[in-house]
Parts: sequence; C-alpha cells; structure tokens
Amino acid sequence: MSKLLVEAKAVVIPGEILAEGMDHLPGKGAFREGEKVIASRVGLVYVNGSIINIVPLSGRYIPKKDDTVIGYVRDMTYSSWFINIGYAYDASLSLKDASSSYIERGASLSDFFAVADAILTRITNVTKDNNIDLTMVGPGLRKLKGGKIIEITPAKVPRLVGKQGSMISMIKDMTGCSVFAGQNGRIWIKGKTPEAEKIATDAVFLVEEKAHIRGLTDHMKGFLEEKCKSLKVEKKVSINKETKK
Amino acid sequence: MKYEKRYDGRKFDEMRPMSAEVGIIKNAVGSAKFTIGKTIAVAAVYGPKDLFPKFLQNPKSGVLRCHYNMMAFSGAGDRVRPGTSRRSKEISMVMEKSLLPVLDLQDFPKSVVDVHVELIQTDAGTRCAAICAASLALADAGFEMKDLVCAISAGLVGDKVVLDLDKKEEDFKGGAVDIPLAIIPRTGEVTLLQLDGEISKEDLKRCVDFGIKGCDQILEVQKNALKAKYTEAKK
Repeated sequence: MSKLLVEAKAVVIPGEILAEGMDHLPGKGAFREGEKVIASRVGLVYVNGSIINIVPLSGRYIPKKDDTVIGYVRDMTYSSWFINIGYAYDASLSLKDASSSYIERGASLSDFFAVADAILTRITNVTKDNNIDLTMVGPGLRKLKGGKIIEITPAKVPRLVGKQGSMISMIKDMTGCSVFAGQNGRIWIKGKTPEAEKIATDAVFLVEEKAHIRGLTDHMKGFLEEKCKSLKVEKKVSINKETKK
Repeated sequence: MKYEKRYDGRKFDEMRPMSAEVGIIKNAVGSAKFTIGKTIAVAAVYGPKDLFPKFLQNPKSGVLRCHYNMMAFSGAGDRVRPGTSRRSKEISMVMEKSLLPVLDLQDFPKSVVDVHVELIQTDAGTRCAAICAASLALADAGFEMKDLVCAISAGLVGDKVVLDLDKKEEDFKGGAVDIPLAIIPRTGEVTLLQLDGEISKEDLKRCVDFGIKGCDQILEVQKNALKAKYTEAKK
C-alpha cells in the first residue's frame, strides 16, 4: 500500500521523500528511486490523483508555449531578431512574425525593433533543443514605449495576476497605471505621474514579498487605499474621462 | 602526543554551532549563508547563462563553475592575498566535483551556472562550509537536485579522532590530520574525501563514521533554512 508522507501544499526541499510505494507517481519536480518518490526542487506539494507535482517557489523562468513575455532586443540578423526573455538562451523573432503588415525585402530591421528595445511578445514554439520562437502578431503584442520594467521571481507572477486578473486589475484601477505582467517575471508599469508609478511598483514588490500569505488581496487593498489617498483626485479625473467617452 | 581535551571544551564528536540562511543576495538567482563556529561562507548562484570561450561548452549538459575565495580580512590577523591562488583553484574544483553528483543541468546544454562563494571569516573547515552554502544556494535557485550536499571535516588531533576541527586543532603541535568530507545524506554516498597527513585504516573509518553522523545535523540546519524562507513569508 502506498503512503503519502507529506501534506498537500507543504514546502518541500530537494531530497525530501514525498511518498513510499508504487501507487504514487512522480510528476514535475519529483523523481522515483526504488519504492520512493522524492522531491527534486524547492516548492509546494500538489497531489493530483496519484501524481505528485512540485510547484516551484523559486528559480529562473522556463519558457512555455503561448506564454506572453516581455523581452529585450539583444541582436539582429538580416531576417530575424534575437530577444532576451530572461532564460538561459535567446529567443528568435523572425521577420514573418514581426508584424502583421508587409515588411519589404531589404528594409532595415532597426526601424521596427532596435537593439535594447523592450517588446511585449508571445512564445509560439519551444523545442527540446531550446530554440524559442516568438511572434508579434496578436492582440496587445507591441513595442513598449515609456513606463518602466521591473523584475520579480517568475514563480510569483500568477499571484500578482490573481484569480481572473483580480489582483493586477486592483492595482491598475487604484493607481490608474497601465500594468502588464509578463510570464517571465518582467512587469511593465506606465503611470500618468511618477508618484502613481511608484505606488504601483511598491505594490508589485509587496505582492512578491508576501505571495504566500492568505488574504493577500485584502492586505493589498488596504495598502493601496492608504497610499492612493494623495492620488485620489487624479483617479477621479481619469474615471470621468472614461465615462465621457 | 596526547590530546586530552578539546580547546573549546567540545566533545570529540561534537560540532561547532551552525546556522544557515537563504535568499540573502537579492541580485542573485539563489543565495545562502552558512556559518559553522567562526567560519562564515556566503554563496551566490548566477545563471544558467551563455558560456564563453565556446570550447568550454558542453552540448549535452550545462557546466557548473565554482569560485571559492577567502576575503582579505577573513583570517586570524594575517591578510589573505586577494585573487586566485593554487589553493583556491583546487577548492573550486573539488566543490564542483562534490556538487555535480546531485545536480541535473541537462536542461541547459552549452550554458554555465556560476556559484560564487566568499569566506567572510575563517576558522578551518572553509571548503566544507563553502559546499554547504553552495548546495543551499543551488536549491534556492530552483535547480533540479537529487538531494542537498552536506560537508564536514573530521580528523585526528594528536591521538584522538575528532569531528569538525577548528584552526587551533589543525595547528596542534602533536600533529593533526584533516579530512574534509562531503556526503549525500539520503544515500550516504561520499562525494568528497580529501586527506592531509598520515592516519591508520581504523582511524580513517572512524573519521568517516563521525562525518556521516555530523552530516545529519547539517542537513537539519539546511532543511530549516530553506523552509524558513517560505514559512516566514506565510506568517
């Protein structure tokens, strides 16, 4: 009979024995050694039927298909760009995926994306050999102009976004900033004033720091209400503008 | 020469007090501090990233690169000459060899993972403290690992087998043998064993037994440090 040795959502470390017996299967972040299922990274235990998965709490970004990420243009060739997406290997954005409009043969690529530009892009394919393809064709995918980009642990991004985007839309609404969270942990923030941007930045870092506490949404609401007092006037103006439209 | 009682009053199989902490260097992907007695090691992990020059790349797996360094002011008075030395190169190499058996870098071919370890204060047992800190930092960085690595020195001071020698014991006038050991605690595999001096077969066996026992305590400290990072945040 198989026996689970850890509680669900417990923090485990590499080498920790999760279960004994053959009824449990190692999922992501776990492996089998004889009769035992053992954790191979720091993370939280999630048991799905007989499969034991470890959801990582730390570590660098691992690209996945259909992730929307923020990247920096690092280099270009005659027909593609190399984009740093915060992974060990650069991703490539080919000419045909760079724009929905036609790019003429021999056009200079830096007119579209120059080195060091920040872009919001989507991963279309990841191969076993770490070739990562990107696209700029899709809703919202664009070159990022203005604002600032901060970095948090990629594992904390789902918490920042919240259930159906609840957390991130709260930050957006209360500060009046545009906020976009890339799956690779890069967060783009653009506000009407530097003060609003500062509050949004602090809020993002606070979510990262306290990602594990329960009732974080209420905590964040309190934090933002307190900080946004001085911004209140501007916020109302922005709401009025929207309603006028 | 007889060694009746340890200088600091410890039992022969007793270790110096230990403590550990992870996530102390925010810029790094993973970091850790490991303290044993007066010896303090700080480790930071960067990468995986491109490895140059290109001939060093391994197309099948990532490469682990350790850097061991004692800070200039870390010793007991004498200034440690900064920069790479024969000794630090050797220790960097044995650190790599002792950590690689647990580390899986196959997902990152052609890249490198850098582990920088700085010794802020030293009182013997530095390579062991460095390995303990490095293994914590790698786990904190989220790498796939089969287990943590625990390291401790055992040895012979005068006529006694002792665990966790400090500098005074290493310099014992009646002669001392220092054996740094690194162990994978779950399987009991030894990933590092160096020997400096002359020792009988029986004494060597006892040293290894002492070391394996000591590693259980180290594992406990490492475990608590890694878990504390997330359970503290919970509160």
